[in-house]
Amino acid sequence: MSTRFASDRGLTVRMVMTMFLLGLLYVVFVGALIALGVRALGVLLIAGGMLLVQYFLSDRIALFAMGGREVSPQEAPALHGLIDRLCAMADMPKPRVAIADSDVPNAFATGRDRQHSVVCVTTGILRRLEPRELEGVLAHELSHVAHRDVAVMTIASFLGILAGLMTRFALYSGLGRSRDSNQGGLPIGLIVMLVSIAVYAVSFLLTRALSRYRELAADRAGALLTQQPSVLASALVKVSGEMARIPTRDLREAEPFNAFYFAPALAPGKALAQLFSTHPPLERRLENLEKISAQLGKG
Amino acid sequence: MGWLDVILGRSKPVRPNLDALFALPSAAVTLQAATGLAPTGVGSVSFRAAEGSAFATLSADVKALLGDRVEETRDEYGYSWLVVRRDPDAVGDLVTELHAVNSSLEGAGFGPSLLCSLVSFADPQQRRLAVVYLYKRGTFYPFVPLPGHTRDTALELQVRGVLAGELRIEEDLGRWFPVWGAPGL
Repeated sequence: MSTRFASDRGLTVRMVMTMFLLGLLYVVFVGALIALGVRALGVLLIAGGMLLVQYFLSDRIALFAMGGREVSPQEAPALHGLIDRLCAMADMPKPRVAIADSDVPNAFATGRDRQHSVVCVTTGILRRLEPRELEGVLAHELSHVAHRDVAVMTIASFLGILAGLMTRFALYSGLGRSRDSNQGGLPIGLIVMLVSIAVYAVSFLLTRALSRYRELAADRAGALLTQQPSVLASALVKVSGEMARIPTRDLREAEPFNAFYFAPALAPGKALAQLFSTHPPLERRLENLEKISAQLGKG
Repeated sequence: MGWLDVILGRSKPVRPNLDALFALPSAAVTLQAATGLAPTGVGSVSFRAAEGSAFATLSADVKALLGDRVEETRDEYGYSWLVVRRDPDAVGDLVTELHAVNSSLEGAGFGPSLLCSLVSFADPQQRRLAVVYLYKRGTFYPFVPLPGHTRDTALELQVRGVLAGELRIEEDLGRWFPVWGAPGL
């Protein structure tokens, strides 16, 4: 039986490359720590603990931070109806549904797996988008759930947390104090700190790149689910356009949660370089959707 | 979805299971005997229309094939419904027709667009029930709408018991989503 839903090979290859580099970096970093004789076990435990907390409480943390409130089918019948149908089409269990009272037009999905996931939309996005566009946004978020992006990104960012902790640890506990008096070169603490900083910087760039690829993958899967890539594109244009016009105070508050967002909330004027962004630029995403639209239209 | 798909961030569109529909005619007899709900002869197929000319051509073809035996409607969620009407006694005929619609959609590569199929029942007390078929799961569930967007859960559960031996009933009650305003209900 034929299908019109081809996967994007180029995207897959780039994603695998990024993950491979992250893994490689991880191995090199742990190797360097052991070679330098740092008692890395304690740090590893702390970082592991943080990872577990983040992993298991991701849904509650994000909902609490965004002021999201879970809603029942009676409270928001239209929203539930859209999600019911999308889940039936994608054959996935229905996530919990929440609404956050914020004028920033956005949506996010969080939770470690399909059984513990929440999809949250803001009142701002409910007010601004047509039902069909909202459906596109929800399909994008459900794809994040299906791809288990919270789990993947939490694990990917583990190295960054570890390196960050090591930097602080080295700074407080032994900077400039050499363990061996006969060692002529730099003190061990300083070397550990420099290595950690370098690892942190590289892993930061890699996780950001990974996040951008996951966004493109979610756009793709979402568009294939609703079969309306152009509607998702129009939702993106609308949301990004509105983003620029929202007062900055709200936006600055929102920035730490960008990784889970449908579109990034960057305050105008301080837009970071492409390399540091969690989301691909609008043009890249539109181009991606255009390709899918052409694929679906082929007779 | 396997682990590899999770890591690569891709989801495969789910293929529908079409053949389970043929269990409906005998289930209809059982349902009527147990609850008095008789088939109304109305069935429908719900799908998501894809953008672009390929799908437009296809749906024109399906309509040409089935002639004026089907009518098309759109619901408030943007899904298309092809409604098939037959003699209330000819449930087998109705199911064959629904299957024809499904297989044309799937044959053209739009199987993942199928949402669900409905066959409706009614009794002299004006109770209405739909047996909903979920393509992606290959399972059925009963849906009984009441006025004011509520549903008769007691009757639904009673029907679940009646049909359990005949059809594969959806076990996860969370997936029994309400199809408000479905045509033919």
